[in-house]
Amino acid sequence: MATTEATAVEIVDLATTPLRELNQRLHDLAGGAPGPRRWRVLNPKGAHAVACGLDAELEVEIDGHVGYYCAGMNKLATVRVHGNVSTGVAENMMSGTVVVEGSASQSAGATGRGGLLVIDGDASARCGISMKGIDIVVRGSVGHMSAFMAQTGRLVVCGDAGEALGDSLYEARLYVRGDVAGLGADCIEKELREEHVAEVRDLLARAGMDDVDPWDFRRYGSARALYTFKIDNVGAY
Amino acid sequence: MTASNSSERPPGLRESYLFDRTTIAEIQRAAREGIYDIRGFGAKRRLPHFDDLLFLGASISRYPLEGYRERCDTSITLGTRFAKKPLELKIPVTIAGMSFGALSAPAKEALGRAATEVGTSTTTGDGGMTPEERGHSKILVYQVLPSRYGMNPDDLRRADAIEVVVGQGAKPGGGGMLLGHKISDRVAQMRDLPKGIDQRSASRHPDWTGPDDLEIKIGELREITDWQKPVFVKVGATRTYYDVQLAVKAGADVIVVDGMQGGTAATQDVFIEHVGIPTLPAVRLAVDALTELGLHRQVQLIVSGGIRTGADVAKALALGADAVAIGSAALVAMGDNSPEYEEQYRKIGSSAGFYDDWQAGRDPVGISTQDDELAARFDPEIGGRKVANYLRVLTLETQTLARACGKSHVHNLEPEDLVALTIEAAAMARVPLAGTDWIPGVNGSL
Repeated sequence: MATTEATAVEIVDLATTPLRELNQRLHDLAGGAPGPRRWRVLNPKGAHAVACGLDAELEVEIDGHVGYYCAGMNKLATVRVHGNVSTGVAENMMSGTVVVEGSASQSAGATGRGGLLVIDGDASARCGISMKGIDIVVRGSVGHMSAFMAQTGRLVVCGDAGEALGDSLYEARLYVRGDVAGLGADCIEKELREEHVAEVRDLLARAGMDDVDPWDFRRYGSARALYTFKIDNVGAY
Repeated sequence: MTASNSSERPPGLRESYLFDRTTIAEIQRAAREGIYDIRGFGAKRRLPHFDDLLFLGASISRYPLEGYRERCDTSITLGTRFAKKPLELKIPVTIAGMSFGALSAPAKEALGRAATEVGTSTTTGDGGMTPEERGHSKILVYQVLPSRYGMNPDDLRRADAIEVVVGQGAKPGGGGMLLGHKISDRVAQMRDLPKGIDQRSASRHPDWTGPDDLEIKIGELREITDWQKPVFVKVGATRTYYDVQLAVKAGADVIVVDGMQGGTAATQDVFIEHVGIPTLPAVRLAVDALTELGLHRQVQLIVSGGIRTGADVAKALALGADAVAIGSAALVAMGDNSPEYEEQYRKIGSSAGFYDDWQAGRDPVGISTQDDELAARFDPEIGGRKVANYLRVLTLETQTLARACGKSHVHNLEPEDLVALTIEAAAMARVPLAGTDWIPGVNGSL
C-alpha cells in the first residue's frame, strides 16, 4: 500500500453521495483490494445501514447520528460513530471494532459473533440479544431484556441494567456495575473471582474505559436449569 | 406417536369419536410424562385441501394441447422486483428450508443434488449453511431466521437468494426447536450452543419488530449483498392477506406462504394441529393481496404446505401461485416412512406410514438424525436421485394437467379451470361448487 493511501482520509458526504455508492465503494475494498483505508462519512442524518457488510481492515469515522444497522455484520473494520445510533448497531458483527460515542437504541450488537462493540452512552432494550461471541462494553446503562438468549461472549455494563437481564441465557457472561432491575428466567448472580476481574479489566481497557474499577462489578450467568426441559421447572418460564 | 393397534375386537364395541384410541393414548402419555407431545411432520387432521378441487379439462369451448408433443413450459423467474440477479428455475417446484441439525448432512446434500439436477432451488434452515449443501446446490436460498444460528455475511454473499423467515405453517408464532439428542458437536459448534441441550429458537427476530422495521432490515440485507440477491419473506399462513401486503410493502421480491399442513422437524402437536390456516385459502388470500397492490406476478408467490402430487402443484398455480415448495414430500421421496424399514420402525415404537418422531434423532433411514451411524445409512447420491425423479414426476403431472386445460405454460392455469367438490373448498378457493356457478361468499346462495 502506498504511504499516501495509508494515511489519506477519503471523505464521503452523504448529503451529496448516495448511501449505495458509499457502501459499494467500501465493499469493493474486501479481500485487501487497493484503495483508501481511512474514511470519514459526513452528514449521515440518521441514514440506515451505513457502513454495513464491511470486510476489510478499514477505519471508518461517521460524523453524526445514524439510523438502524450501522456497521451491521462488520468484519475486520473499525467503525467509530461520533453521535447516536438507532436499532441494531453492529448486528451480527463477526470481528473488528465498533465504537459509538453517543447512545444506542435497542438490540445493540444483536446476535454478534465476534469483535468488540463499545457504547460510550447508554444502550436501550435488548442490548446483546442472542449474542454469539461478541464483546460489548457500555459505559452507561442498558434497557430491559438485555442479553436475552445470549449464547456466548461478554457484556460489560458500567451503569444499571433494566428488567429481565439475561433471560433464557446460555453461556454468555454478564458483568454489571450498577443496579439490576431484575433477572430473567434462568439468570443468576455468580461469584466474581479474580479471573473474572481480569476479564473485565481487559475489556474495559480495550474499550478505553480505564477509569472504571473492575472490582466494582457483579457477575451474572446461566443457572443452566432450563437447558433440558423438566416439568418441575415449568413455573420458571 | 405410535401406530394404532388394529388387532381384532369383539363385535358391538363402539369407539368414542371424542375419546378415540389416539386421544386416550395421548391423555395417558401426558399424565405419565408431564410434558406436551413434541413431534415432527405436519398437521395430521383432515383439512380442506387441493384434493377438494378438480380441473375442467378442455372440450368444445377450450382447446387442449397434445399431451405428449406440444410444448408446455415450466420455467419460472423469481425475484424480478428489485434484485439484480433473479433466480431462473426450470420447474415451478422448489425445496423448502430444512435445517442441518433437523436433517443429517447427507440428507441436506441429497436435497441439493436433486434440486441442481432438475434446475430448481433448495433452501438452508435454522442452523446455517453447510459446505456440503452449498457445494451441491447450484441455486441455494439462505434463510435469515430469528435465531440467526450460523448467520454470517460470507454465507449471505455466497447465497443465491435470501429468505427472511417470519414464520412457518406448522407453527406460526413459534420458534424452532431442536432437542438435545440432535445437538451433536458439529451442530453445537455451528449454532454457538452447548452440546446436548434442548434448544428452543426465538420466535421473534432480535433486531426488528413490525413491518416498518422489516423494510429497514431488508434494506440492510440488500446493502450488504449489493442489491444482487432476491429477498424472499416467508410467513406461516394465518392473517395471510395482511401479512402479504405488509411483506410487499417492506420490499420483498418474493413471498413464501406456508400453510398449516407444512412440516416441521420438532414442534408441539398442539401447535401443529391448532394454529394457522390451511394452504388452500392461504393461496387465494395471498393472490388477493398481490392483485390488489397491482403486483401479482411481479412479486412472485411461492406456496407450500401439503404439496404431494403434480395435481397439488397445478392447482396451487391455477389459484395464482408462481411456484410451490416441498418439504415433507421430499423427505418421503428420499425414503422417510418407507415400508422397507418397518422392522426398525417397530423397534422404536412406530411404524412405516406413521413415523413422525423426527425430533428424536433415531430415524432408521438416516434422514432426521445427527447420529453418525444412522446418517451413514443414507446415501446422498441415491437419495438425491430419488428426489430428482420425484421432482420430475411432479413436473410431468403438472404439465399433463396444464395441457389438458389447453395451456402452453403452467402459469397460464387459472381459477376458471377449477371447480370444487365441497362447499368449504369452494368458499376457500373461491371457485364454483362442481355442477353449479355458486361460489359461497361471492355470488349469493345456491
